[in-house]
Amino acid sequence: MDNAAIERPASGSRTKFIVGGLLIVAAVVYLVISSTQASAQYFMTINELQAKGASVGDRELRLSGAVLGDTIQYDSQNLRLTFTIADIPADNAEIEAQGGLAAVLHAAVQDPTRAKLVVVYDGVMPDLLKNEAQAIVTGKIGADGKFYAKELLLKCPTKYEEAVPEQAGK
Amino acid sequence: MLANFGFGALIITFLVAFYGIGAAIYGGVKNSARWVESARLAMLLTFPLITLTAVSIIILLVTRQYQVQYVYNVTSDTMPLYLKITALWGGQAGSLIFWSWLMSAFATAVTLRRWDRDREFLPWVIVVSLITLAFFVGMSIFIENPFERFWMSASGREMVAMFQPAGATPLLPSDGRGLNPLLRHPGMVIHPPMLYLGFVSFVIPFAFAIAALITGRTDDRWIRITRRWTLVAWIFLSLGLVLGSRWAYDVLGWGGYWGWDPVEIAAFLPWLSGTAFLHSVMIQEKRGMFKRWNMVLVIVTYALVIFGTFLTRSGVLSSVHAFAQSAIGPLFFGFIGITFIVSLALLLHRWKDLTSAGQLNSMLSREALFLLNNLLFMLILLVCLWGLIFPIVSELFTGQKVTFGPPWYERITGPLFAALLLLMGVAPLSAWGHSTVKTLGRAMWKPAIVSVAVLAVALASGVRSVGALIGFWLVGFVIAITLYDYGRAIWARHKRSHEPLPVAFWNLVGRNRRRYGGYIIHLGIVLMALGIIGIEMFQTETQGTLKTGESLSLSGYTVTFRSLAEWNNPDGRNIARAVVDVSKDGRYLGQLAPRRDFYFDAQQSMTIPGVRSTMDDDLYLLLVDWEEFNSNQATLKLFHNPLINWLWVGSFVLILGMLVAAWPDQEPEAAVQRAVQKANGRATAD
Repeated sequence: MDNAAIERPASGSRTKFIVGGLLIVAAVVYLVISSTQASAQYFMTINELQAKGASVGDRELRLSGAVLGDTIQYDSQNLRLTFTIADIPADNAEIEAQGGLAAVLHAAVQDPTRAKLVVVYDGVMPDLLKNEAQAIVTGKIGADGKFYAKELLLKCPTKYEEAVPEQAGK
Repeated sequence: MLANFGFGALIITFLVAFYGIGAAIYGGVKNSARWVESARLAMLLTFPLITLTAVSIIILLVTRQYQVQYVYNVTSDTMPLYLKITALWGGQAGSLIFWSWLMSAFATAVTLRRWDRDREFLPWVIVVSLITLAFFVGMSIFIENPFERFWMSASGREMVAMFQPAGATPLLPSDGRGLNPLLRHPGMVIHPPMLYLGFVSFVIPFAFAIAALITGRTDDRWIRITRRWTLVAWIFLSLGLVLGSRWAYDVLGWGGYWGWDPVEIAAFLPWLSGTAFLHSVMIQEKRGMFKRWNMVLVIVTYALVIFGTFLTRSGVLSSVHAFAQSAIGPLFFGFIGITFIVSLALLLHRWKDLTSAGQLNSMLSREALFLLNNLLFMLILLVCLWGLIFPIVSELFTGQKVTFGPPWYERITGPLFAALLLLMGVAPLSAWGHSTVKTLGRAMWKPAIVSVAVLAVALASGVRSVGALIGFWLVGFVIAITLYDYGRAIWARHKRSHEPLPVAFWNLVGRNRRRYGGYIIHLGIVLMALGIIGIEMFQTETQGTLKTGESLSLSGYTVTFRSLAEWNNPDGRNIARAVVDVSKDGRYLGQLAPRRDFYFDAQQSMTIPGVRSTMDDDLYLLLVDWEEFNSNQATLKLFHNPLINWLWVGSFVLILGMLVAAWPDQEPEAAVQRAVQKANGRATAD
């Protein structure tokens, strides 16, 4: 190798490198731990949320539910979006067992006994918000029992996971 | 018919791949050149075979054969031709075929290189490439078959099957459902191929690394052969990520470009390990150090590439629950697990052969700074990976699923990225072997002064955020150092050889393209950082409902609502389009037209922003809401995104740097190497 000739033994500097490296790693671990406490979002179903009641307090929550199309209201003056979501299972295996996401969402919207939650979101009305979409909301529960979302993600599985076309066979 | 043909070609590919694997192993173990040659020909055969499969799918897509489920799912009559063709990677089944196609093309290109000096690698490179290919092709045959068709059974039941079930008749939907409108964007047309090219080309360095481990030829030959592949892979991956961001910026309508979504992170992970690898191989080449580490990096990158393909495969957008929703999940994890364990076992087997030839002895030497660079990249990787799997981990241990949003990632990785920027400035000026604060200080006090001037300008123009000031200073520092380094070398050359400055520049870069190309790539990254700092730290927004003639103001811009129109377009869309006048500080700049397209076939709408771009900033307008039958009013949302365009400009600089660094040598590398070896009796390059 090019510089092999000028190589010098360096017994003491090895510790220097290890200590330096450990310091950096420790700093990152500290950042991870402190950020985890500050910005963790707790995944829950609406059922779990309502079972826990006030004990969730001021924590940041992430909920998923089926959008009830009739409840979507948009106040375009204040860009405030309000809609209701119905409880769906959070576990993928359970969703699959009940016939896939589309079936689960459909069942949740049809079933009047499901636990429900009113979601309030300030912002642009998303393109995918419609009946039987899956809404994934991040935010906090307000004193009025409504969920104030600061982030809203939507998923419409019906169109893409249906195996057989509806208009087929004509 | 065509579906059967394409499927047949796929099955033959699978069989040929298996034959090739067997022949290559036998030839490698028995040292039989004939068997290896046979395996090589099998490898070469896979490309035309998969090409037949891919072309079959494209013809099915273009000719609207909706009996095929995949065609039905991703195309419709109203889609333009280019979107029908690119629908090949618009869904999961097709994108797996596309992956295999690229993989086979790259493996073929490698097989066609001149192998005279590296004969012993050949069988094992073939084995690794073909195992990877066979896995993906097998996935397409057994699980995600793009050729499955709709049938109507005798009892009137609809079903999906590859071959005609007994008594069933074909079922022909009249129109397809059409590609997700969000994917009908030029960025989406080239973003997946770029990302996949990046993924696929990282398989090649991995294949050579494994070949080196198996054959025991563990010098840096495998690195020298694959360094261009690595660079090209890295650039494709980078461009794939940038194009994805650009698409998000143009299409998703939230004024951002990156959201720390699991799918984004999954594509980012191999980029991180790949970038670390790209840097640390240089130390092995120059100093013979980090041999084991490089093996670890290339193995990890390969695993992450497969993992990334799995997570990003279908372009699912809201990927919050995207883990293992299809049957391919366990298979992917199985494949990643097995290849990872086998690779590590091979590495342990050769552990003793991979001893370091050099030693670190100065904290500020180039190799020590490279080591620091690697440490930082790997820490970012671990943080991202931890964020990605934390929901699963937390559920396992506490029963409570916990996730992290963008602030978590930004808070942790921000300082690490800043440290990397700093290193990017310092490292090129440090010397191999030994550097001190004094030598470094002497090398960079001039650019350091320039960067302080940048800081002063930022302060004077009213920037007060500490994070932003550090960011601007770092950007100024790296740019100043890079230009200074260039300038100094050109000046020295000009003095020495009396070449005119442009000629000196040309020759300087030509002599050491890898180094100076690398610096251009650094410049590109810094420019991108500038764009990221701009939008992350200075983005502002406002919104409002306006009647005709009313205005909204944001950061010096005034937007005045003029009119709104709504109509049905013949290509299957309903379009609502607002027209606004834009002026800045009282000066009229022109009109913008944000709109909302509603796609009838997909029953989905898409928000298309009106954007006015300059190098200073973007004014980004969204049409949020309007009343039907009332064109006198619209609700608009405005974003002001300072400096964002430097993010896209930086990516062009990246391409330029890559072209400089990876341009083929005039004389074949092998010939140069032989000559050097003859002259020196030892292997050196660069």
